[in-house]
Amino acid sequence: METIRTKIEISGVATPPDARAREAVFEARGVSVFYGDQRAIDDVDIDIYRRLITAIIGPSGCGKSTFIRTLNRMTDLVPSARLTGELRYRGIDLYGPKVDPVEVRRRIGMVFQKPNPFPKSIYDNVAYGLRILGLKKDLDGRVEKALRAAALWDEVKDRLRDSALGLSGGQQQRLCIARAIAVEPEVILLDEPASALDPIATSAIEDLMHELKRDYTLVIVTHNMQQAARVADMTAFFGLDVSPDGSRQGVLVEYDETEKIFTNPSDKRTEGYVTGRFG
Amino acid sequence: MTEPIFSLQTSGRLRRRQLISRAMGAGAAGAALLAVAVLAVVVISVAHRGAGALNLDFFTQSQAQGYNPKGGGVLFAIVGSVVLVGIATLIALPLGVLVAVYISELAPPRLARLARVALDITNGIPTIVMGIFVFTMLVEAHGQSAFAGSIALAIIMLPLVARATEEVLLLVPSSLREASLALGVSRWRTTMQVVVPSAIGGILTGTTLAIARAAGETAPLLFLTSLGVNSHADANPFHPLQSLTLVIFEYSEQADPAFQAKAWAAAFVLMCVVLLTSLAAKLALARYRKKLGG
Repeated sequence: METIRTKIEISGVATPPDARAREAVFEARGVSVFYGDQRAIDDVDIDIYRRLITAIIGPSGCGKSTFIRTLNRMTDLVPSARLTGELRYRGIDLYGPKVDPVEVRRRIGMVFQKPNPFPKSIYDNVAYGLRILGLKKDLDGRVEKALRAAALWDEVKDRLRDSALGLSGGQQQRLCIARAIAVEPEVILLDEPASALDPIATSAIEDLMHELKRDYTLVIVTHNMQQAARVADMTAFFGLDVSPDGSRQGVLVEYDETEKIFTNPSDKRTEGYVTGRFG
Repeated sequence: MTEPIFSLQTSGRLRRRQLISRAMGAGAAGAALLAVAVLAVVVISVAHRGAGALNLDFFTQSQAQGYNPKGGGVLFAIVGSVVLVGIATLIALPLGVLVAVYISELAPPRLARLARVALDITNGIPTIVMGIFVFTMLVEAHGQSAFAGSIALAIIMLPLVARATEEVLLLVPSSLREASLALGVSRWRTTMQVVVPSAIGGILTGTTLAIARAAGETAPLLFLTSLGVNSHADANPFHPLQSLTLVIFEYSEQADPAFQAKAWAAAFVLMCVVLLTSLAAKLALARYRKKLGG
């Protein structure tokens, strides 16, 4: 168990008793993201804790995906995107001048909404990152380890040289998780990882997340509230704020232990959302 | 049993719609047939007219000395064409792919648009102008060589390869780029190891078209390589070399029907070389795809 305590003094940042004993991996203070002049998310304060599963839920367009993409600087890929405020990863300013986004992404992996295996063999999909990062010692062993960790090994061990595109959607998504795990990141971000999958494959991914929690910090964006309730330790509810001028932006409405968010939320908007009464 | 109160058979407006549909279908099929027929007519007539001159010697011997219509072959014109186009491809393919990578992956939108226009204009320049350009740049100082010809052909191929490649790079789903970048792989390696390999089919198709185009070029070669050299058994790219298109050009100018038959035969050989290249590219692609499966 982590014993490092982080001081959390800023009001409004939820610090449930269980989480307080943990190290905050991400510390966001006043984070806003703009696409051009359009503000996508406004003034987000949040601490994301080590080796917990943190779910980000909320209605469409509330900036869930935008927020998770700021965590490993995937937002950089949108030329007009700009971030203000402070976002620290284990004490380092993620958007500091000397921070290399390539190094950030090596430590903070990501799994996407639609499974996106490379048009290569199953083996090469997992080995790709390892080869490029120079982790070539015991490549076979590392590939096997990653596939086992992603609960895919038994299904593919006899056809590692076959194309990854021949796998089912659920298998492809677990392959993408294996590919992300292989390069030994510290955090895995999952952007609606099961929304393109059937219920059985979804359940396999959720079981996998529980397994992965032992070694990794996981952040998952989901629009499926039951999924958040099933997998997450902490849940952040993002909502939409409409400014007087009519522009809309995502805001962090409430962040707390999952159980509290779903049974006894402090904010009316959260309650409305989790009980199915939107608004 | 319920008595029907309406009909489910063809009638009225539906009949009209079906007629139009059939007419359009027939029109499309007809156009496709016409395209194939044109190709067939060209191939057959060229083969027919060249048949008299096509024999083993034609493929295995160098040209007869001193405009002798009897004997001799176009072996070194075939070799010359392969050398000319081969070197041009070696130059144009990597350059063209790099240009396309720059346009589609790296350049700011405004520069990308500019580069696209520049490529299209290059593509539109008459090839003889390319010939004159290379003539003043290389041949005036260093004399005729196959290499000078290859440079001109490479300039002609470059925009074709680059535009074709760029179009297919745009089709590579951005989710693949994201997958690679999210692993902590740099932009450049992502492009080279994920994006370009995913587009390899289109790149090969574009290159094949460019090769076919270059192999058929005559004008830019006239001043650059081989004019007047018709019997050298030579394959050194730094010497002037013969090429099939120049043989066709030269022989078809002769009054002797034997030469004209040879010109047709050379044209037939040229078509076969281009056809073989494109078949080889398709085969290579099929093998590559099979290796990837999926």
